[in-house]
Amino acid sequence: MTRDEVRQAVVSILADIAPDEDVSSIKDDVTLREQMDLDSMDFLDIVMELRKRFNVEVPESDYQQLVSMASCVQYLQPLLKDRQLAS
Amino acid sequence: MNNKVNPEQRIVITGIGLTSPNGNNLKEFRESLLTGKSGVQKFETRFMGEVLAGVCDFDALKYQKKKELRRGTRAGSVAIYCCHEAFGDAEIDLEAIDRSRVGVYLGVTEHGNVETENEVHNISKYDYDTKYWSHHHNPRTVANNPAGEVTLNMKITGPHYTIGAACAAGNMGVIQGVQMLRLGEVDLALAGGVSESIRTFGIFASFKSEGALAEHEDPTKASRPFDKQRNGIVCSEGGCVYTLERLTDAEKRGAKIYGEIVGYAANSDAFDFILPEPGRQAECMRLALNQAGLKAGDINILNAHATATQLGDIQECKALRDVFGGEKSVWINNTKSFIGHTMGAAGTLELSGNLPAFEDGLVHPTLNLDELDPECHLDNIVSGAPKQLGRVDYIMNNSFGMFGINSVIIVKRYEK
Repeated sequence: MTRDEVRQAVVSILADIAPDEDVSSIKDDVTLREQMDLDSMDFLDIVMELRKRFNVEVPESDYQQLVSMASCVQYLQPLLKDRQLAS
Repeated sequence: MNNKVNPEQRIVITGIGLTSPNGNNLKEFRESLLTGKSGVQKFETRFMGEVLAGVCDFDALKYQKKKELRRGTRAGSVAIYCCHEAFGDAEIDLEAIDRSRVGVYLGVTEHGNVETENEVHNISKYDYDTKYWSHHHNPRTVANNPAGEVTLNMKITGPHYTIGAACAAGNMGVIQGVQMLRLGEVDLALAGGVSESIRTFGIFASFKSEGALAEHEDPTKASRPFDKQRNGIVCSEGGCVYTLERLTDAEKRGAKIYGEIVGYAANSDAFDFILPEPGRQAECMRLALNQAGLKAGDINILNAHATATQLGDIQECKALRDVFGGEKSVWINNTKSFIGHTMGAAGTLELSGNLPAFEDGLVHPTLNLDELDPECHLDNIVSGAPKQLGRVDYIMNNSFGMFGINSVIIVKRYEK
């Protein structure tokens, strides 16, 4: 997966767990919580979906890496570089 | 309770919110009951394929966001819809009331089966690896879930809990609301019952194993209480919640009053896990009559529990003959012949279907009673078409459940 594809994968997960939000206008450098109605259970959903969709484990100590889109992509890209974005 | 009771102890129904397999508000529901419209249909369920069920089609997004629906439960969604509708019907403005003085008391037959079954199904796709088990499972399955979801959605900070009472639960939710208002614990109660039971295959499979799951080639004819050809229960979902308040508060704000809850009772058979016991059922009806200061003959409409199981109907009819035998002015109907068994919602929903009789004088019929089982003989079953009584003063509602939990509520016509 390229960085763009990783971003696309995260956007797709956010679209599912926050179906009332407009995920097309997410600003990468602003925290997700500042621009979306997300709580701790939602972040656990992100972790679960990464596990289900890409077999990626995010340890609790790394949850802070999921704070913004930019940090998500930065953190996940090395973990997902050998994975394919489902078509 | 009679009119001599302290007015602050008199509790009235001022709002009704409901979703039934044949109507999403009281007007639609009543219309269906008067015109013989069933709510039973074919329904796909996991592992069992096609079964018969009563399915609700209320607009869940009327009061919830998509995310709330995704995170919560069907029972929570039913409860939120009914509670908003109950306050809306009572013309209570959430923004204008003290929400710490509102209690939410909801009866449930069971809760958590649907969500647990879904999670087991979910992890089955991952070779039963429990790391795929959802973190939402706990909040979805705690017993107070449906009532708790209501408080989050409506920002109600008074007490909330559910009352587990098998198929008597709808009545028990209302009784709890009455008691808490009388104790002064709250000033408004959202009280009733909800069910999501059809979303798990287990309830169908278990009734089938008991030989008590209804089957019929025509779904609308499957639920046939008191009929010789009855062959069991149709499982249904549904919900019904009342706005309850003290008569003094209701009159002060000029509220529309559906009726006054003048008597109730609950007792236990102490007899069997699933089989009912007519002696205790009759005792429960008499306890409610005594509390209301009434004689059996004072009741105009009696809504029977009438699940359409072989033995359940026979036993209830024994109890009804014991209490009401020879009373020519007591008219009997049931609701499950239209919508099946809405489980935790049944008590409140079935009572609601009869409350408009205070205004229109009509007893809605029972459906599908083509040939009365002699063992279910009762003098005054209203069957096939509504019966005009002219004036209705008292309605009694029976709801009984497994482990022999019996509940009875009596509502009186309200007059200033």
